[in-house]
Amino acid sequence: MIKGSCILLLLLSSAMVKAETPKDELARLQAVKREGKDNEAASRAWKDVVHRGPAMLSALLEAMDTADAVSSNWLRTAGDAIVERALMEKKQLPAEQLERFVAEKKHNGAARRLAYEWLCRLDPKTPDRLLPGMLQDPSPELRRDAVAAVIRVAETQLAQGDEEAARVAFRRALAGACDKDQVDLLVGQLEKLGEKIDVAVHFGFIRQWRLVAPFDNRKDSGFKKVYPPETKVDLQAAYKGQDEREARWVAVASKDPYGLVNLNKELGKQKGVVAYAYTVVDSPSEQTIQLRAGSPNGLKMFVNGKEVFHREEYHHGAAVDRYVAAAVLKAGRNEILLKICQNEQTEEWAQEWKFQLRLCDAVGAAVPFSQSK
Amino acid sequence: MYGIGKFRWITIGLIVFVTLPPCNRVALFSAEWPQFRGPGGIAVSGEVGLPVKWSATENVRWKADLPGRGVSSPVVAGGRVYITAASAYREGRLHVLCFDAATGEKKWERQLASTGSTMCHPKTSMAAPTPIADAKGVYALFATGDLVAFDRDGDLRWYRALERDYPDITNQVGMAASPVLVGETLLLPLENAGDSFALAVDARTGRNRWKTPRARGVNWVTPTVARFQGKTSVLFQTAREITAYNPDNGEEQWTYKGENLGSIPSPAVLDDLVIVPGNPSVGLRVSDGGKPERVWKSRKLTASYASPVVYQGRIYALTGIGIACLDPATGEEIWRERLGSGFSASPVVAGGKLYVAKEDGVTCVVQLGDKPKILANNALKGPLLATPAISNGAIYLRTEKQLYCIGTKK
Repeated sequence: MIKGSCILLLLLSSAMVKAETPKDELARLQAVKREGKDNEAASRAWKDVVHRGPAMLSALLEAMDTADAVSSNWLRTAGDAIVERALMEKKQLPAEQLERFVAEKKHNGAARRLAYEWLCRLDPKTPDRLLPGMLQDPSPELRRDAVAAVIRVAETQLAQGDEEAARVAFRRALAGACDKDQVDLLVGQLEKLGEKIDVAVHFGFIRQWRLVAPFDNRKDSGFKKVYPPETKVDLQAAYKGQDEREARWVAVASKDPYGLVNLNKELGKQKGVVAYAYTVVDSPSEQTIQLRAGSPNGLKMFVNGKEVFHREEYHHGAAVDRYVAAAVLKAGRNEILLKICQNEQTEEWAQEWKFQLRLCDAVGAAVPFSQSK
Repeated sequence: MYGIGKFRWITIGLIVFVTLPPCNRVALFSAEWPQFRGPGGIAVSGEVGLPVKWSATENVRWKADLPGRGVSSPVVAGGRVYITAASAYREGRLHVLCFDAATGEKKWERQLASTGSTMCHPKTSMAAPTPIADAKGVYALFATGDLVAFDRDGDLRWYRALERDYPDITNQVGMAASPVLVGETLLLPLENAGDSFALAVDARTGRNRWKTPRARGVNWVTPTVARFQGKTSVLFQTAREITAYNPDNGEEQWTYKGENLGSIPSPAVLDDLVIVPGNPSVGLRVSDGGKPERVWKSRKLTASYASPVVYQGRIYALTGIGIACLDPATGEEIWRERLGSGFSASPVVAGGKLYVAKEDGVTCVVQLGDKPKILANNALKGPLLATPAISNGAIYLRTEKQLYCIGTKK
């Protein structure tokens, strides 16, 4: 009797363990926490999801809508494994559902791109069918491929001698292009065809700045130290800077197409110092934006008095969009402050002191803003 | 196919392996090449009968196209070759691939979206750290801080996004040091301009075992695992020091402070002697008390990208223009030979021959001995920056876009 009860209890508990629904399994993949704390549960859920096969693909993609980047990778690898095994076993994939998912722009861009890649494996003509409508797509990867497709068309037209058709196509591609390599190529082609492009405007680079320096950064002491401009910007103020030197705000306007400001040129070459760069932008509405900066120096970014980014790294190269920070611009006046720290390295390759900053959306397209000169 | 019984024997074998001195390790595990610079990270294989000459068409058992760039090496375990790659704009997509070691058939491929910064020097890649394999599968670290474990059939065992866990760890030159595995502990050197530490992760779950601070400063040295007087140590080297830690708990065992030590090549070990690459390099004798004593300093052995290799009682190290053979007792040079220039990969040894992969795609094969003899210069379409792997009577070479299995046809 007792033995029978135990067996029944075991069967019941086993049934309870197996009672986890697909939704529960996906929720486990969405819930992984820092330092691998939920890895064991997520790993079990991953296997269960994959075991369920292609029927899970739509739900898995939808789960990516609300997943963070880490959970997204758990989901992505599960989807890839399902598709890979289904193709190997010649099982059918839900192509119509996948294509609907790609078409619905409300979904997460990375998830839509993933569905698109699965469709491409099913049908190599998928790009011809879907990319033409994606020049302004909110998924950076889909948009990039759409731009590349138009570039290919334009280059063919150019090779055939139809310069006007090529010019129109290059223009159309530029309207969607957000990545520097594509924009550079398009601007080069358009300029050869007689067009003038303002690259800084296209990317949303800020060109008008007020600068103040030098504050002390000897022995890397300045990065964490709060100097007066971080508390309140007063453009008329005369600060006591490094070694009691007076520091006053000066206005600069970058003429660089990528908004580069060379502090060695504007402020004089100095080592072991901190500079601040300040600007005001007017936003036509409240908007969620990205600040994308490039600098080989220690950098902090503040928006309306709130720190949104810091990185204390020196002379490891500088590139457009090297650092990305999320922020919200309110409608109307917004203050942006950068702190650019120069260290004391003496090597020839460690002398640059510069920055560039642009305001864009999550895809990398410039957001609307204006600056008074 | 490998069943459970095979896994058990491999596991037992691995336990025996780490207790053996390096010279015996080679013979025991010549079939596998599970990590950066092979079994035990000593860059020596017991394989014989490897081809001396090859080209894009000669002595190629198979080749496979890779979906993206990478400078990581292939690794081989349980009849599988694993390799990483990075693709898409600014290498935003990370790949782990698994091939059948004998046939080149792709068994599976998984992708991750980068969760950390993808900025790096143009020479390197997000797929710079070499993965590490065991009987269970593969562990792959990317320069973005994405760290993932797949079993041999491509099931995800666990995944970490280290830049989410520790936001200041990546460096803008590109992390490139590879993880090492001691028992069930995966050891990761995360030494950067920002947050710097050594991290030990449970290889079964991906959860932290221990974490110990390291000096701030970008560094690319893959740790070396060694045994001194019966104790296992893992050696972490930077330009300013080399420190031995207990891999079980991260406790420091000893440290040696130096100047101008290498921040890229790994140290080599011969019994109780640690050869620390630098400019100059130093030889450290680790005594019974565990305190290292410097026994020589040598400007004949200089540090660049490649790690030195110890073979049959001699040190072989790449110079700017070739290879130098040195006496480990004194650091004195025995001979040197010109091979040209452009070395990013580390040299490896098998069957008394040294294989030196060069950036231009040429692999020099040098017969070692009292006098060196260049046997061949084998060209593939480069660039060739990854250290070769040797297993199954074949040399696995990773060029920028392809993986080659070089071997005589079976």
